[in-house]
Amino acid sequence: MSIHVGESEHAPAFAKSAKILLANTQLRRNVRRATDIIRGKRAKVVGEMPDWEQLRESAKQIKTNVLRNLDQYLEEFERNCTKAGGHVHWANDADEANRIIIDLIKDQGHNEVIKVKTMTSDETQLNKALLAEGITPFETDLADLIIQLGNDKPSHIVVPALHKNKSEIRDIFIEKMGLKDLGHEPEDLATAARVYLRERFLRVPVGFSGANFAIAETGSVCVVESEGNGRMCVTLPKVLITMLGIEKIIPTFNDLEVFLQLLPRSATGERMNPYNSIWTGITKGDGPQEFHVVLLDNGRTKVLADPESRSTLHCIRCAACLNACPVYRQTGGHAYGSIYSGPIGAILTPQLQSMEHSQSLPYASSLCGACYEVCPVKIDIPEILIHLRRRIVEDGNSPFTERMGMKAAAYAMNDSGHLAAAQTLVKIGEPFQNIVMSAWTSTRDLPPSPKQTFRQWWASR
Amino acid sequence: MVGQPMSTAKEQILARVREAIGTREPAAPIDREYRQSLPVNLDQFEERLQDYNAVVYRCKESDIKRTVGYALDARHKTKILVPPDLPLNWLPLHIEFIHDEGLTHAELDVMPGVLTACTAAISLTGSIILSHSGKEGRRALTLIPDYHLCVVFASQVVETVPEAIRSLPRNRPVTTIAGPSATADIEMTRIKGVHGPRTLDVILVS
Repeated sequence: MSIHVGESEHAPAFAKSAKILLANTQLRRNVRRATDIIRGKRAKVVGEMPDWEQLRESAKQIKTNVLRNLDQYLEEFERNCTKAGGHVHWANDADEANRIIIDLIKDQGHNEVIKVKTMTSDETQLNKALLAEGITPFETDLADLIIQLGNDKPSHIVVPALHKNKSEIRDIFIEKMGLKDLGHEPEDLATAARVYLRERFLRVPVGFSGANFAIAETGSVCVVESEGNGRMCVTLPKVLITMLGIEKIIPTFNDLEVFLQLLPRSATGERMNPYNSIWTGITKGDGPQEFHVVLLDNGRTKVLADPESRSTLHCIRCAACLNACPVYRQTGGHAYGSIYSGPIGAILTPQLQSMEHSQSLPYASSLCGACYEVCPVKIDIPEILIHLRRRIVEDGNSPFTERMGMKAAAYAMNDSGHLAAAQTLVKIGEPFQNIVMSAWTSTRDLPPSPKQTFRQWWASR
Repeated sequence: MVGQPMSTAKEQILARVREAIGTREPAAPIDREYRQSLPVNLDQFEERLQDYNAVVYRCKESDIKRTVGYALDARHKTKILVPPDLPLNWLPLHIEFIHDEGLTHAELDVMPGVLTACTAAISLTGSIILSHSGKEGRRALTLIPDYHLCVVFASQVVETVPEAIRSLPRNRPVTTIAGPSATADIEMTRIKGVHGPRTLDVILVS
């Protein structure tokens, strides 16, 4: 099995990347400004909903039920999608999924594809695989277009180019679109993207999308978006290919009523996003006449197998936890070394991928709990972070100094004589703590040790 | 069979899912204590549409034709595309109406706009829902042209998302629209109009 999550297997540890990114003041300003705006908008529209907590609870229960019966819902989805004229494919991992998609495109003699924003295809590195086979992918989401043209990597789940400001984006567009002149306002940049992509929307015969929800009861697929590029990609091409993680299934059409309230308010702070497209197989005379769905595992069944962290798969990719996270807001998304960044990335990436590549991520958190507060499907991210830290320790992969420290603490605390000796040692060693504990004290202060220990004070009372 | 893999990817994935789930607990009913329905607030619907920069005209059923003419004049449209089953008595005489008879995408791209009906609307979110019947047209019709004028009957407006979702047909494509296409991808500034129609006007009939 070759499970890939973007290029995260080659990424350096979080602390190492974060240190470099923290020095980039422009990036920190951009991330801070953008997340401040989304947080404000989200707080306003969530505050309008007196039944927000009830919606969260229902969403959590629906997702819990889906995962407990996932095999049945997947087969039900396949049956109903097939009945409606769709073709369902199954992929164990990223490479298998990419192969299926490439073969579908090539068999028809096509060499171009228009794409709606999908994290899942970033996960499988579909674009790289397509290019290697001579197929050109066109990203059509504005932020994804900025990332693609700028040879950059996404830094946010919903707003992938959040780390770029408008003047940086303008420079990319002028260079890569070959424009002589371009205005400075966001409107000018959006218009440039409209003109650049319109011709491709009308011409390219293959569309590719992810899915926010796949409905078992009807075999329908739902894509949530803002710009209309999603509608273009799922409506105009002759052939449509949709890839989705197996956890995207919801049981019934009516379950949309819960998620279509939670997702837009959590993700972009809107009461409803501008466009939702729901389609079922193929419709004669309307839209693509050939429709394929690729159901992707790529490590998800591994996550499912651990009941304590299984709820990671509830995620609907709203990114509210990124915007709320004091760590993400300092470092931005690239520090996480994965296309899934922020608190959800810190629990999802290490579980999808073998822990050795991403074991620094569960430590990329202060466990403040802000992520859980805003999560629309009530994933207890702090609890899962702690659970994953325990798994890392049990696998013997915790850092050497931490292992030694814990052993020393256990030795000292198991015996009152040991403890007294340790307390004396701490007092003697205090002048040297910045040398011995430099990894800790380079960014934090140690409190001074007290003049006398509790036992000394008790004895002299 | 010789040369066949031991099992398909489907069988492998389902086997892993079943192993991961372990002992199956009976599915518990879902608590749905959120608001299912509320009295309709048409003024709020109008305000929410205006929040999205849509121009809203309110009229009586007998005045649809006149209001369509008025709205199109205001946008300087002398001709407009219509889906096959749009009621003919909505069409004022001074406007040229082009019926969608299998126009190509390129032909749709030069159309000045489209006039349609809808299936439902949601007041709380300012959404209009199309299920692409003969009165709403196939999906490309309300996507490629840059202007969309939509007729919404007050009887089609519900207050909450659940009321709307439950009323939708299950076998047709569905598009929900909340204002014209938009993006906030550049510095989180909401910009009206990217790929879908950049201008949406609504005639609310009551």
